[in-house]
Amino acid sequence: MKKLTRRTVLSGAATMLAAPAIAAGKYSPGASDTEIKIGQTMPYSGNASAYGQNGRAHAAYFKMINETGGINGRKINLISLDDGYSPPKTVELARQLVERDQVLFLYAPLGTQCNTAIQKYMNQKKVPQLFVSTGASKWGDPAHFPWTMGWQPDYRTEGEIYAKHIKQTIKNPKIAILRQNDDMGNDYVSGFRELIASFKDSIGPDAIVADATYEVTDPTVDSQILQLKNSGANVFYNVTTPKFAAQAIKKSAEIGWKPVQYIVNVSASIGAAIKPGGFENAQGIITAQYIKDITDPSWATAPDFMEWKAWMEKYNSSANPMESANATGYASAFTVTQVLRQCGDDLTRENVMRQAANLHDLEVPMLLPGIRLNTSPTDFYPIKSVRLSHIEGEHWKLFGDLISRDAV
Amino acid sequence: MTANWANKRGVGAGALLAWAGLALLPLIGFITENTSFDYYMYMGQSMLIYAIAVLGLNLLIGFNGQISLGHSAFFALGAYTTAILMNFGGWPYWATLPIAALVCFLAGLAFGFPALKLEGHYLALATFTLAIAMPQLLKYKAIAGWTGGVGGVLLDKPDPPEWTGLSADQFLYYLCLFCAMSLFWLVFNLLRGRSGRAIMAIRDHTMAASTMGIDIARYKTVAFGISAGITGIAGALSAITVAYVAPDSFTLQLSISFLVGLVVGGIASLPGCLIGGAFIVLVQNSAQSISDWMKGTFALRYDVPAWAIYGVLLLALMYVLPDGIAGGCARIRAWWTTRGRREAQS
Amino acid sequence: MDFFIQQIASGLTSGAIYACVALGLVMIYVSTDHINFAQGEMAMFATYLAWAMINAGVPYWIAFGLTIAVAFFGGLFIQRVILKPLEHAPVLALVVCFIALLSIFNAIAGMIWSYTIKQFPSPFPSHDLFGNGLVSVQQLGVVGVTLVMLGLLTVFFRFTTLGLAMRAAAQNPASARLMGVRVAWMLALGWGLAASIGAIAGMLVAPIVFLDPNMMNGILVYGFASALVGGIGNPMGAVAGGFIVGVLENLVGSYVIGNELKLSFALVVVVGVLLLKPAGLFGRVIVRRV
Repeated sequence: MKKLTRRTVLSGAATMLAAPAIAAGKYSPGASDTEIKIGQTMPYSGNASAYGQNGRAHAAYFKMINETGGINGRKINLISLDDGYSPPKTVELARQLVERDQVLFLYAPLGTQCNTAIQKYMNQKKVPQLFVSTGASKWGDPAHFPWTMGWQPDYRTEGEIYAKHIKQTIKNPKIAILRQNDDMGNDYVSGFRELIASFKDSIGPDAIVADATYEVTDPTVDSQILQLKNSGANVFYNVTTPKFAAQAIKKSAEIGWKPVQYIVNVSASIGAAIKPGGFENAQGIITAQYIKDITDPSWATAPDFMEWKAWMEKYNSSANPMESANATGYASAFTVTQVLRQCGDDLTRENVMRQAANLHDLEVPMLLPGIRLNTSPTDFYPIKSVRLSHIEGEHWKLFGDLISRDAV
Repeated sequence: MTANWANKRGVGAGALLAWAGLALLPLIGFITENTSFDYYMYMGQSMLIYAIAVLGLNLLIGFNGQISLGHSAFFALGAYTTAILMNFGGWPYWATLPIAALVCFLAGLAFGFPALKLEGHYLALATFTLAIAMPQLLKYKAIAGWTGGVGGVLLDKPDPPEWTGLSADQFLYYLCLFCAMSLFWLVFNLLRGRSGRAIMAIRDHTMAASTMGIDIARYKTVAFGISAGITGIAGALSAITVAYVAPDSFTLQLSISFLVGLVVGGIASLPGCLIGGAFIVLVQNSAQSISDWMKGTFALRYDVPAWAIYGVLLLALMYVLPDGIAGGCARIRAWWTTRGRREAQS
Repeated sequence: MDFFIQQIASGLTSGAIYACVALGLVMIYVSTDHINFAQGEMAMFATYLAWAMINAGVPYWIAFGLTIAVAFFGGLFIQRVILKPLEHAPVLALVVCFIALLSIFNAIAGMIWSYTIKQFPSPFPSHDLFGNGLVSVQQLGVVGVTLVMLGLLTVFFRFTTLGLAMRAAAQNPASARLMGVRVAWMLALGWGLAASIGAIAGMLVAPIVFLDPNMMNGILVYGFASALVGGIGNPMGAVAGGFIVGVLENLVGSYVIGNELKLSFALVVVVGVLLLKPAGLFGRVIVRRV
């Protein structure tokens, strides 16, 4: 018979206390009773560094979560690393996060090429590549890549929505395209072009009269804008990132070119693109939105907006309140927090993916009213709907109904 | 940078030890439980690849006295050659390496001819422009069918042969190590021989070299070609290990990294190339770690940007070791070996 | 025809910007014999300082003047304090230093002011000159300021004792010292002036391309090309090179080869020009006798 010493009593007590913890949680690497470790790659330097604001917004959101109780009692530890928008660097950092830092999953890595570089690896390693920060249409492919999921409405569909709108509203469209010479530009234009081509019976076979590209390293797009005006176009499809969108808006006005302008959602930020381009020049520009325009006072009394504003003031005060990335990042971070809450104590990678593919009519703050998140094991496009809006005064004004991906 | 640097005592033994050490590293994987071992193997591959790229650049800059800010273009050319052959030709990865080397050698020769007339800053500009033009060229529509355009080309990582019992990453590490050893040995022998002396003579005093009967044009263009070929092999290996090539991977920033690695490692120093390769891979991550540490320790409100720390580190390195790390080691060794003499004198 | 004129006008404007940057590069080259890769980032940083001042309520021209002064002393400081220890270091070590400075300026600017673009006011009104959208006052203003700077610099180098002393200090420091020239201060002065020129370039550019930490990346490349195509030792060459590069870039992109091969074409042009005239279009080939 074992002597009832203090040591045996204590060790017995310890075993009893430990038992519930062992039974309670199922964990993959990165998750524990107290912490959920997630990894991320973002361009905090280099030509795409403006997008790094998304990562900062995510970090600020998780800070709020941690200070208000965490998720099921666990704190979120976001390790966000700078890949400078270079795919080999993303590969290296993804491997570091997964193999050395042992994160539970990768959240919202940014960049189409960067995510392409790690997609095979993440799926081979069976680590979720969740809610990637790019709208490329290829992320919703659960049959081949069950561990990769996008989040925002995809670029191709957005382009098709603009094409449809042109057909419906403009008599004899002569379309000029300005696009960035990269994946994003390609994706936005490919669906657009195909749909426009299919409309040739109603708008004619040569509706697209000009297609100018630019590199992200170009100082200005002034020359391209002159070329587009010279083509005699009356519709302008502006597929640019914020800095160049602003230049395009400004230059078009300077040379007296006033086409019907469609600007892609990537550059729909009032603070980052429209205001610098000049409100007086931007009247009537159309875009497809899924996030509330944070500069629009008509949302000021909406409960989610007020919460967002409070969060901005308390946790993200150094950020520009007109920069839409702060709203997009907030909404995305809410989504992943929701997925983690749904996981409960089963924080395995499989369960994270299962819960992510199990969102039904999820209402996400800062999304336009009526837009809900829906995913299923065969549907990896969380946000499928947008609404068209145009610049009126100094804000985006919504018009028309909700347009969904399947309806296009 | 003396003419008989290759005959220094201890070079042979030191080199053998270093390579043997590198060769034994993957074997740790069989005895360790560490799950991140494959990641370290991947980092090792990257370091060796950059070391090879820096070797190519060193041959041109350190040993031949020319300059190039455009080696990212040759790196890209090698990578894309491999990618296209593997993806469209179905070639096995190892067969693409000699072809990548050849293609880049020819490209280097082609660039070397006009480079003959350009000196210093002007050659720097020409190569600079090459580096800038390359990504746009790779995206060009007409060849996008081959190059994958803006989306790039995804490759399959090669599987190690069954009989080796190695993991994929260990195997690829050995592949990179084998290439590095062969190329270093090749360059070492080249530099020890007549051609090497000619190449270095052109660097030291072009006019005297030509009066000695050295065909300046031939040696300079061939040096450019070989330099490009070596960096091209590094590019090919990078395509195989990263398993993805895209235009945005090969920007001017990459060329600048090679140059920084070269200078930090030590110009005209072969071991310096290995140091430079390791530096390129490690220093960015270290800068990030230092930034995190500073934020934590000093409870800063803002993140200290990692690139600012990188810049400060570089400056500090240049102050302390303007000849690079290898240069610094050489000076320390010289100081050590002459201390007897100095003590005797005092 | 309108289109052609507009492309040329637009090309002259970008050309003026490249010329400004090239002037700064030439300045440093003439006074120190080095090419300063950090020129663009220094200009960008100075422009941010101006922006901060204007944002705090300082009137435009006072902020303009203050920025030039701050840039001048900043350039002086960099040369005297940061680059001095490397006087005798190999050239490439110095190049790495410039790269280090580049990283530091870029990162700090991003940290303080974030990477979102900012508007920068222009001293020129934005309406167009002839009322038909061909040429705007803004464009003329930029070209005008560049030409004025060129004039001042040429006069300075050619006709003043100080300018002569600077050139002497760069080309032959030993002899210059023997003549009583304070070589060290000449180098510092060169950097100070180059930094000021850069600041002016930045403030001219920012209203057009918008202010962000990566603003000067693309411009520096073309500025570099302009300086070398025109002849690195020659301010007039740099400016001429800038205009040529700017106009050609626009015309080639519009008429000849399309936007997608512009950079490759630039490469061919650069190599071509340098092959025909290895010291640049207006440079003088220095013959070294053994």
